[in-house]
Amino acid sequence: MTPILEVRDVKKYFPSGSSRVLQRPTGQVKAVDGVSLSLQKGKTLGVVGESGCGKSTLARVLTRLIEPSSGSIFLEGEDVTRISGSELRRMRRDIQIIFQDPYSSLNPRHSVGEIIATPLRIQKTVAKSEEVGRVKELMHLVGLNPEHFNRYPHEFSGGQRQRVGIARSLALNPKVIVADEPVSALDVSIQSQILNLMQDLQTKLQVAFVFIAHDLSVVRHIADDVAVMYLGKIVELGPANIVYGHPTHPYTKALMSAVPVANPVSGRKIGRIVLTGDVPSPIDPPSGCRFRTRCWKAQDICASNEPELLDRGDGRVSACHFPELEA
Amino acid sequence: MTVSNTSDSEAMPVADTAIVGLSPSRLALARFRRDKVAVIAFFVVCFFVFIAIFAPVLTSVFNLSPYALDRQALNDYGNPIGYFGGISWNHPLGVEPGTGRDILGRLMYGARVSLLIGFIGTIVTTGVGLVLGMVSGLRRGLLDSVITRVADLTLAFPSLLLIIALNRPLTQRLESIGVPKGNFARMTYIILVLTVFGWVYMARLIRGQVLSLREREFVEAARSFGASNTHIVFKELLPNLWAQVIVFATLSLPGYVAVEASLSFLGIGLMAPAASWGTMLGDSVRYYRADPTYLLIPGVTLMILVMAFNLMGDGLRDAVDPKSDRQQL
Repeated sequence: MTPILEVRDVKKYFPSGSSRVLQRPTGQVKAVDGVSLSLQKGKTLGVVGESGCGKSTLARVLTRLIEPSSGSIFLEGEDVTRISGSELRRMRRDIQIIFQDPYSSLNPRHSVGEIIATPLRIQKTVAKSEEVGRVKELMHLVGLNPEHFNRYPHEFSGGQRQRVGIARSLALNPKVIVADEPVSALDVSIQSQILNLMQDLQTKLQVAFVFIAHDLSVVRHIADDVAVMYLGKIVELGPANIVYGHPTHPYTKALMSAVPVANPVSGRKIGRIVLTGDVPSPIDPPSGCRFRTRCWKAQDICASNEPELLDRGDGRVSACHFPELEA
Repeated sequence: MTVSNTSDSEAMPVADTAIVGLSPSRLALARFRRDKVAVIAFFVVCFFVFIAIFAPVLTSVFNLSPYALDRQALNDYGNPIGYFGGISWNHPLGVEPGTGRDILGRLMYGARVSLLIGFIGTIVTTGVGLVLGMVSGLRRGLLDSVITRVADLTLAFPSLLLIIALNRPLTQRLESIGVPKGNFARMTYIILVLTVFGWVYMARLIRGQVLSLREREFVEAARSFGASNTHIVFKELLPNLWAQVIVFATLSLPGYVAVEASLSFLGIGLMAPAASWGTMLGDSVRYYRADPTYLLIPGVTLMILVMAFNLMGDGLRDAVDPKSDRQQL
């Protein structure tokens, strides 16, 4: 079955250093450095990683808000990496994005009705006369009172605003929604409401999610597959229960050990691994394995050879010279 | 309503009234209305605008022609008869020394010139500054660098010297390309120089705003629906800029009124017998020993108008952005 969304070896390098007119940029930030993923219809792929590992850049590359430096993006088997103009406009109906900050993603000068109607107006998918009806239907779908369509964003709470953002992203009936940390700006009690809403919508509308988060428990709750990113690269990718049950990459293991458990005395299976140091600069990443500077298993080979993403036999791949395979 | 009911009625909106949201502009208006000083200033401004618009009607009704020479009101030395510059029932604010023209009438006509130059100057500089600021903020790159450098250069220029030096040649040039001769060409020149040196402030403000707004996620959201640049400029960015544009324009208008007065005072601007507050001030300096009231009247009027505009602008700014402190902008 053709995946609904597939990316192959996508890279995004930003020029860094001076942006003055007469000076050349001095370096490159390798925000996303060779990421390959695929996503099936109606499924959820979770992407986790520390701040600054390229998750948000990946989200914007997937939705063509940022042009990738190289690599290809396929939507339903069709290459959409280089399309432009009316083709790109059509493609935008199929892939939508939910933003992290519900305070910045809604224009404060528009009523929520107008905000939700914006995609309909731009893509002209719905006749003017049916616009209000469609907006109210969407508001109902995401659990907002449709009577509130005349209200302005500042009259809503963070959770309600995020519902508005979700309603807007659903307006064009997309096949894929890229959610860039959709709940990290919300209270914990609201987070679960939004997550449940997204799951309900997925069952109802068969939409596929790329769900980006730095909160591992959130991803575990919602994702079918999970990809772990470190410094612009995927270090481990596989079905969520397998990756969560037995991480093979040391970085994944360290992340998992940081998830709070209900009963710290008996509940934690692996000891807490505290990583020291900061994430190295993506302008000048370490040679070989990028994680080696913080890895407790690092050997000489890690500095000289970059590990490949290898199949570990259980439907999961990981990039490590010394993976923690099951005994 | 019973006490047990109150919490319910707070939580649930009344069913039979439609739910209407308050837009940010309506909230700002409500805040402005609560600001007493600003509201008074607003009415003062309205009063001046009214007088300027109806100056011909008012002067003819009250028989205060700004051009009629009243020799009866002057003594043999050409000074006004009576106290305080010849204030009388016929001439409520006195008469001009030397000619006997009515000062109130001239003040009313002068308001037309001052406000006209103020308004046109504000509209043109705001328009030019808005467009250049938006282009600069949106395009960035080379075009942005060029606009920013030109703006810096304009600010560094000794503008007053240039305005005085270019007065004659440029006014003549304007007349030679078909601008009606005389006061019309002179006013055009003033508006021209106001624009050349005034767009910078607006452009900088807008550029800064656009640079910050363009990174907001709602702009990205619009792009993700396939929105054109036109949509982003007119539907996403401009609605967020209007408030600041209006505030800034209101605050720069009194500046232009004052600049017009200064330039007229220096002899650049209208020629007698036409009146502007600046020419009246310039004229009155010659008589300040014999007739200090003549100096005081246009001066105080100018001060009241400028202050009213500034207070109104301050009130507008506080209403539009309650969090901004008065140090900014």
